[in-house]
Amino acid sequence: MAGILVFVEQRGGEIRKASLQALSEAHRLAAGGPVAAVFAGEGITQVAASLGAYGAQKVFCADDGNLKLYSAEGYAAVVAKAVEDFGPSAVFFSATMIGRDLAPRLAAKLGVGVLADVVGIELEGDVFVAKRPVYSGKAFVTVDAAGSIPQVISLRPNVFAAEESGGSAEVVALDGLSLSIRAMVKEFAAADAGELDVAEADTIVAAGRGIKGPENIALIKELAEALGAAVGASRAIVDAGWIGHANQVGQTGKVVSPSLYIACGISGAIQHLAGMSSSKVIVAINKDADAPIFKVADYGIVGDLFDVIPPMVEAIKAL
Amino acid sequence: MNCIVCVTSVPDTASVIKIGADGNQIDEGGIKWILSPHDEYALEEALKITEAQGGEVTVVTYGPARAEAVLRDCLARGAHQAVHVIGGEETLGDSFKIAQTLAAILKDREYGLILVGVQSVGTDNSQVGQMLAELLDLPHVAGITSLEVGEGTLNASREVEGGKEIYESPLPALLTCQKGLNEPRYAALKGIMAAKRKPVEKIEPSDIGIDEGAGAAYRLRSLSLPPEKGEGTLLQGEDDPAGAAGNLVKLLREEAKAI
Ligand SMILES: Cc1cc2nc3c(=O)[nH]c(=O)nc-3n(C[C@H](O)[C@H](O)[C@H](O)COP(=O)(O)OP(=O)(O)OC[C@H]3O[C@@H](n4cnc5c(N)ncnc54)[C@H](O)[C@@H]3O)c2cc1C
Ligand SMILES: Nc1ncnc2c1ncn2[C@@H]1O[C@H](COP(=O)(O)O)[C@@H](O)[C@H]1O
Repeated sequence: MAGILVFVEQRGGEIRKASLQALSEAHRLAAGGPVAAVFAGEGITQVAASLGAYGAQKVFCADDGNLKLYSAEGYAAVVAKAVEDFGPSAVFFSATMIGRDLAPRLAAKLGVGVLADVVGIELEGDVFVAKRPVYSGKAFVTVDAAGSIPQVISLRPNVFAAEESGGSAEVVALDGLSLSIRAMVKEFAAADAGELDVAEADTIVAAGRGIKGPENIALIKELAEALGAAVGASRAIVDAGWIGHANQVGQTGKVVSPSLYIACGISGAIQHLAGMSSSKVIVAINKDADAPIFKVADYGIVGDLFDVIPPMVEAIKAL
Repeated sequence: MNCIVCVTSVPDTASVIKIGADGNQIDEGGIKWILSPHDEYALEEALKITEAQGGEVTVVTYGPARAEAVLRDCLARGAHQAVHVIGGEETLGDSFKIAQTLAAILKDREYGLILVGVQSVGTDNSQVGQMLAELLDLPHVAGITSLEVGEGTLNASREVEGGKEIYESPLPALLTCQKGLNEPRYAALKGIMAAKRKPVEKIEPSDIGIDEGAGAAYRLRSLSLPPEKGEGTLLQGEDDPAGAAGNLVKLLREEAKAI
């Protein structure tokens, strides 16, 4: 195998956890073979070498004012240049909003396809065999991109572990880039500080129509705060305007796989399950014992959430 | 300004998925086919833009005979023209192949915007738009939830982890659309009747230089259903909610090691 190139994402110089997961998985699969990272941004050269600890032997670093904020065109040109210089068998991305945007643009530039949002991967000779959810997680497909050079693959965040392997990396400046960026990010508007993003959270407390009204989001937030969790929502309460679309989990919202997902007053419609069924531990609180959410729940309480959540918050605080 | 909307026919989101006899596509028996939900936002936005600025909406699909129904649905909602590239029998198609086919159809057309869905239900790939933009050398923004189209430029935003990216781009451009962008309209009876009389342009892949058999970007090995989940632990919280809550927290701590 000619090696794996991993696109590593940063924001404000801070390396994203999901990228370290992808890099660690590349290191595991390469089993001692060549692994390199490609890293783009402005003023990021100093942190580039730290990727050695997660298995990158080399970091192709594009440090340029035009790359300060993400753009598909700019970043695709960077990754394409690193592909040219490194000649990998595969290019890995984390399937974040940026990874899912960038991987296909790069792939089309290189004339190949993408195995997207992969949840399991193995190497057979030179061919990566990947498992990925289809039909919103109602089925899984095993696929490969044999014959594609390189094989472009994005890994679902939080499925693979980020592990330090204790190596060090040589940092190589990528220059001679020709950047022509038409769709430009003018501004990155950060979400309110303290509001955890469901797409990244390790624990999610989600609310559905069972909370009765927008005033009761406060109760859900109390539980979320006690657990250091993000607040998720069913589409029903997003459409009712009780909470923002950014919080929606499901087919037409976000797909999440946290370690713990607590569904409060959510019936468990198939389109909601599409977004959260790959969570590691699922808890449901619902007063209807026949609610479909209990079919996917590892733990459940049949009861009124208004009676169950307050003592739960107390019990968590007492831990 | 003319808008092109690429749409795809997918199983209704409530469908029960069964594995087909070949083991790598679904059993299509009993499936109800619908316009992919995110494509509704792309169509709605295109209709709004042409209503405000003039121009026509052309909907395009690459799919088997059944896909004509989604084109009729789009015509009924107000699209002006429809193009059907007949082929792509597989329900889990190859995105790169689809993007190449769409690029071959669209390269000589006149448009200010191409709008697609952020992701199709089924393949869940979220790729065709970005690939098509690259093949047509267009700027793109993926997964938009707001849009303003001005003279020769657009402003759009999309949600990413931890915030929002606010974009500016020249036209022509390609946008992938999702929920939050607008409220899609339904087809009214009048529209449905009118759609029956609107022509659908039919094209064979070979007419546009596409060899369906050649150059697959990926290979499906098998399709499987998710593993059955074992019985969960169910606590009764009607009579003693505080007791059940305490037990749950204890189980999450000691057994599941999740908190
Ligand atoms: C194309 C399409 C896409 C969709 N995408 C999504 C999506 O992305 N995400 C999504 O979530 N949905 C989505 N839906 C909608 C989905 O089908 C359901 O309508 C929605 O998930 C229901 O939300 P809910 O569970 O909050 O409400 P309901 O189904 O009304 O359930 C409320 C639940 O609360 C329980 N309850 C009531 N009072 C209490 C109480 N006091 N204590 C405890 N429990 C109580 C009830 O027993 C019930 O189970 C989509 C639908 C379509 C057609
Ligand atoms: N066969 C197709 N014909 C036309 N448009 C398509 C086709 N497949 C996908 N698209 C468009 O590309 C979007 C993303 O699809 P996907 O990459 O499969 O998730 C869809 O929402 C459609 O707008």
